[in-house]
Amino acid sequence: MTENRLVVNPSPHMKCIKSTSSIMLDVIIALIPAVILSVYFFSYISAIIIAVSVATSVLFEYLYNLAAKKKQTIGNLSAVVTGVILALNLPPVKSSIWIAAVGSLIAIVIVKMLFGGIGKNIFNPAIAARVFLTVSFAAQMTSWVAPGIDSVSTATPLALIQRGVQTGYLDLFLGNIGGSLGETSAVALLVGCIWLLLRKVITWHIPAAFIGTVALGAFIFGQDPLFHVLAGGLLLGAIFMATDYVTSPITWKGKLIFGFGCGLITIGIRLFGNLPEGVSFSILFMNALVPLIDRYTVPKSFGEVKKNA
Amino acid sequence: MKQKKRIKGGVKTPHYKNTAKFETRVMPVPEKVEIPMLHHIGAPCMPTVKKGDEVMLGTIIGDSDKFVSAPIHSSVSGTVSEIKKRMFPNGAAIDSIVIKSDGKLTIDPSVKPPIVNTKEEFLKAVRNSGLVGLGGAGFPAHVKLNPPKDKKIEYLLINAAECEPYITADYRETIENSWNVISGINVVMEFLEIENVIIGIEDNKPTSIKILNDIADSDKKITAVSLKSIYPQGAEKMLIYALTGRVVPAGGLPMDVGVIVMNVTSVSFIAKYLKTGMPLVRKRLTVDGAVIKEPSNVDICIGTYIKDLIDFCGGFTEEPYKILMGGPMMGLAQYTTDMPILKQNNAILAFNKKQSMVPEQTACIRCGNCVRACPMALMPQQLDIFSESQDVEQLKKYNVESCIECGACSYVCPAKRHLVQAIKKGKILVKTKGQK
Repeated sequence: MTENRLVVNPSPHMKCIKSTSSIMLDVIIALIPAVILSVYFFSYISAIIIAVSVATSVLFEYLYNLAAKKKQTIGNLSAVVTGVILALNLPPVKSSIWIAAVGSLIAIVIVKMLFGGIGKNIFNPAIAARVFLTVSFAAQMTSWVAPGIDSVSTATPLALIQRGVQTGYLDLFLGNIGGSLGETSAVALLVGCIWLLLRKVITWHIPAAFIGTVALGAFIFGQDPLFHVLAGGLLLGAIFMATDYVTSPITWKGKLIFGFGCGLITIGIRLFGNLPEGVSFSILFMNALVPLIDRYTVPKSFGEVKKNA
Repeated sequence: MKQKKRIKGGVKTPHYKNTAKFETRVMPVPEKVEIPMLHHIGAPCMPTVKKGDEVMLGTIIGDSDKFVSAPIHSSVSGTVSEIKKRMFPNGAAIDSIVIKSDGKLTIDPSVKPPIVNTKEEFLKAVRNSGLVGLGGAGFPAHVKLNPPKDKKIEYLLINAAECEPYITADYRETIENSWNVISGINVVMEFLEIENVIIGIEDNKPTSIKILNDIADSDKKITAVSLKSIYPQGAEKMLIYALTGRVVPAGGLPMDVGVIVMNVTSVSFIAKYLKTGMPLVRKRLTVDGAVIKEPSNVDICIGTYIKDLIDFCGGFTEEPYKILMGGPMMGLAQYTTDMPILKQNNAILAFNKKQSMVPEQTACIRCGNCVRACPMALMPQQLDIFSESQDVEQLKKYNVESCIECGACSYVCPAKRHLVQAIKKGKILVKTKGQK
């Protein structure tokens, strides 16, 4: 026996099979219904936007690591997730193809890699990129079209209701409405949410607190809560972007506070702001508060005796 | 009776109780054994024999006048061939007595059943037996069974949870020596005047639960409780919480909440010792792992070398890459099989290459799985950061000292962070720098 080859390391000597890439893969699987429905409603243009967004996200991460002489990290699939989510945040028009590439550059290089790569970024890359794009390319980012192959201009349900036009629940639920690629179909996002919950990738705390606060806010101010839940980017944001591990609190208490904050800002912007939608801004703002929330939600350890501070 | 509370956190590990059905095999006396002078938490013993001395089975070969210590006996009859220094995992060099066996197992004449009528005599007998906590920690039993007068003990908890994967040594004890378990419990109850006894067993061992409850049935004071399997349920503080709902304060001991916890094999040994007077010289171990030819439960002389034990189990099927003393979650990786087995060891595991490789650490993605897994409700991912930055203040604030090193956090980490390792380092930092 060649004893000098025995491996000696501290315990434990067993690890679960979950890895960063397996978690990212679960998120990608959860996004598939939304991807399919976006192609169904907005035709091939959706597929092109998603493909470009994913390809450029992965490419930029690859190139950054190459240039910075860092270990390659594209294998963890997080860039793919960012790419898909970014694409789902864009309007289904031709200009989104190059906008997707610009967005990937912002999301991956500036928001993620320059902060130290996965796990170190303060802001959710896709959200930060969407906000950047909305501010920089306002016209392109709000050129909404109705579902179908003919690209007829339309407005989103949230913009419509500001003019007093209510969109039907069924259309909202299925996604037969104007909006970005991924935020139109509530049913696709909910299926993805169930997958993430079943696979224990996310917990219910953030989505429930986020969506619940928006619904409650709408109710208090005499608006239709269900409409506010189904319309706009709330479900996409609450399920896929606010739950991003890196940019949300760790403890369940923190998650509830975070979700509540997101919901409060969202409904505030929707009801009292100039913009029709506030999901991205709310998440971006709450991202910045995560270190603070984490600091004040440290759980009491088992058997902890009160310290005289 | 049902379990009172579900432990906080915890992880669902695979059980791998492959050896549960195998009756214990008795290993023939090896040619030589090596018995180090430290099998327990506390002061090491001093050798009471010298090179060339004749010893018999049960002869005292090491003892200490310190309270927290336990005498050590020869597990074979034969000749002391050498007293050498043995390097322990913590870096200390401990005297170690090598005994060449004559193969006869001649019993020392001093070995006879002790006369026990009072608590003092009972505690003295327990000390003389050399018993240490057989669950793995090796805390001298006579110390544990002798709490200060002001601590009223209401519960005796018997730990048969055996939550570590692979290990079935305690399970076999409950099956093969069920009556000893119950009579050992009765003795402890009687001398320590404890009213209630709960035996905690995980629900993956239904046979154990049934057998012990059947025997204990006549006496309503003893109950075996089925615990929902989760790691680390067998950790002392977790078991107390699961069975009684009581929370041991940080830095405190079970007796602070009126509880004494004993391992099931320990309590069974007490019954055996009172009957025969034979001190702790033998131990059952689970030998398992992918590269062990014949996984078994083996009854061995303490001090048997790992390599002899593995040979008895048919040797290796392929080249081993890791040898563990103990379970996969908290066991110690050995650098050689030329290591003697100690009183409190309960398993020898040998892994193949795939099981042994240490996965590469990647960046923490703050998923929070470690926080949810921690039975002590700590934040391992924060402790990892503070340990890295050597921030003693924060390490203390985040209660690094409360960590029981169960390994649940490292087990669930998708980024494969070496969390326990970082926390151990953090504890040392607090100890060394904190004193300044």
